[in-house]
Amino acid sequence: MIPLETIVTAPDTVAGKPVIELAGVTKTYPGGVTALRSVDLVVDDGELLAIVGPSGSGKSTMLNLIGTLDRPSRGTVRIDGHDVASLSDRELSALRARRIGFVFQQFHLAPGRDALGNVADGLLYYGVPKKERERRAEAALVRVGLGNRLAHRPHQLSGGERQRVAIARAVAGDPALLLADEPTGNLDSASGAGVMELLRELNEAGTTILVITHDREIANGLPRQVPMRDGQVI
Amino acid sequence: MALRPARLRPSDLARLGGYGLRSRPLRAVLSALGIAIGIAAMTAVVGISASSRADLDHELAKLGTNLLTVSPGNTMFGTRATLPDDSVAMIKRIGPILSATATGVLNESHVYRTDRIPATQSGGLSVLAAKLDLLQTVGATLDHGAWLNAATDRYPTVVLGAAAAEQLGNVPAVYIGGRWWVVVGVLQKVPLAPELDSAVLMGWPAATTYLGFDGHPTTVYTRSVESQVEAVRAVLAPTANPEAPGDVQVSKPSDALAARRATNATFTALLLGLGAVALLVGGIGVANTMVISVLERRSEIGLRRSLGATKGQIRTQFVAESLLLSLIGGALGALLGYLATGTYATTQTWPTVMPLWVLAGGVGATVLIGAIAGLYPAIRAAHLAPTEALAAT
Repeated sequence: MIPLETIVTAPDTVAGKPVIELAGVTKTYPGGVTALRSVDLVVDDGELLAIVGPSGSGKSTMLNLIGTLDRPSRGTVRIDGHDVASLSDRELSALRARRIGFVFQQFHLAPGRDALGNVADGLLYYGVPKKERERRAEAALVRVGLGNRLAHRPHQLSGGERQRVAIARAVAGDPALLLADEPTGNLDSASGAGVMELLRELNEAGTTILVITHDREIANGLPRQVPMRDGQVI
Repeated sequence: MALRPARLRPSDLARLGGYGLRSRPLRAVLSALGIAIGIAAMTAVVGISASSRADLDHELAKLGTNLLTVSPGNTMFGTRATLPDDSVAMIKRIGPILSATATGVLNESHVYRTDRIPATQSGGLSVLAAKLDLLQTVGATLDHGAWLNAATDRYPTVVLGAAAAEQLGNVPAVYIGGRWWVVVGVLQKVPLAPELDSAVLMGWPAATTYLGFDGHPTTVYTRSVESQVEAVRAVLAPTANPEAPGDVQVSKPSDALAARRATNATFTALLLGLGAVALLVGGIGVANTMVISVLERRSEIGLRRSLGATKGQIRTQFVAESLLLSLIGGALGALLGYLATGTYATTQTWPTVMPLWVLAGGVGATVLIGAIAGLYPAIRAAHLAPTEALAAT
């Protein structure tokens, strides 16, 4: 077994050091559709921002590139100081496991697993034993205000609570960057507001958070907005 | 900063495989059942035939394989040959012979339950004159009553074979050659000399006195030293009838049992083939389940990739799931096969024998099938682009 110290990257980010750097990023899909045209973006450590735009504006492509789920056709993407182009698929997986947390519109929770299990399984690729995963999962669930819902299964939770479980899963590994893709898209406005409040709290505690949304109102509630249209930042 | 993916612990991998199956328990059970039926069929076939063989071996060991019988064949002119009257005495002089005895058939005599049955309506029972040491040599035992002795073999008394007793019923006497013969005993079945089962046995002197028996033995039974059986077999014919050794037939009744064993083996191979086909079908069922599972769980695969799973870890997860699925089926099948063997062997009063290699082979086969069935779906799952997988809802 590899000692933990060598595989967990030390959070050597200092305030103000960029977590995300996009330079001249273009993404063209097979078939000729260009989703992003020469995008530049720098996000510093500790920021809370929204990428906002209508559907088809390229924000999902941005999410995939920043989340290292996809590679750009041209330009460079640097996440937490790593040039994505120079990393292998395995290295990108390790980067995602340790430095990036995802929150999705559809929550993506395992139906048969309780809240604690869902969050603990999120740390499966993090390299810690089961007991430690469960300890961290419980801490994360307490942090998102679900300390009393540990043994509830997804179908026993409200939409807002499910998204909180998903957020707990994303932050349990203490990532440098939290990516939230339409986190309130499936929620009523009250639950949505609660989730946004939680994200603000997590940001105040130090997590860099990037929210992707088509909702101007939600974007305007955040310190920084990056508006997009037709694959370009405007 | 080195970026190295953490390895999945074996316990985590087993747990991962389990989650996938538990999320769709009915489907898991049904596809495991396919494997289970195949393995159950194969283990039961091998187990039952092994139990049957163990029973035959046991029977052979009990009966001994050193019994040789000598009987007259046909002469070169096609007529029925006879053995010389002193052939038994001659055979007894062969060194390794432990005992020799004889029966002589009375072809002209027939057995009737009563004197009221017309002479033409005789049953299929044979009338045999027997030497007094017949029982020890052929390994026969009495069901009830007594065997002939030096007194009763001079008088009209008979001992019935097992099948003859069944056919004639519980009668105090039978009617042979115009005279009543008292039944003094009944034999149990004689596995190595089944011809005695349907016979009515009487003393050699009585047969001569009352039925005009010519005194020619028609079957000589011999027991010899186990290691010398083949050597004895070679000299039996010339010893029994030095003038015409070609007219003598020598046979080894235990060969018939051994032949039954060989027939069983052929039949087993055939059934085993059928079991293998069932197992193959079960394996295809598992592969099918895994392919569908991968299609349905695209978003789970996407999520795991976003959580940091490498392609290899996704592949391993699905192979583990497939292995677990077929192992559950294999274990269930081995258990069913063992139970089937036990039940069948018990009804046949055989010992229950399950060779260890069958169980080991069954588990080995399931692991192999699980790995093969899971590999292709797992590779497909691993090669799914994370973005594409996440886009599926």
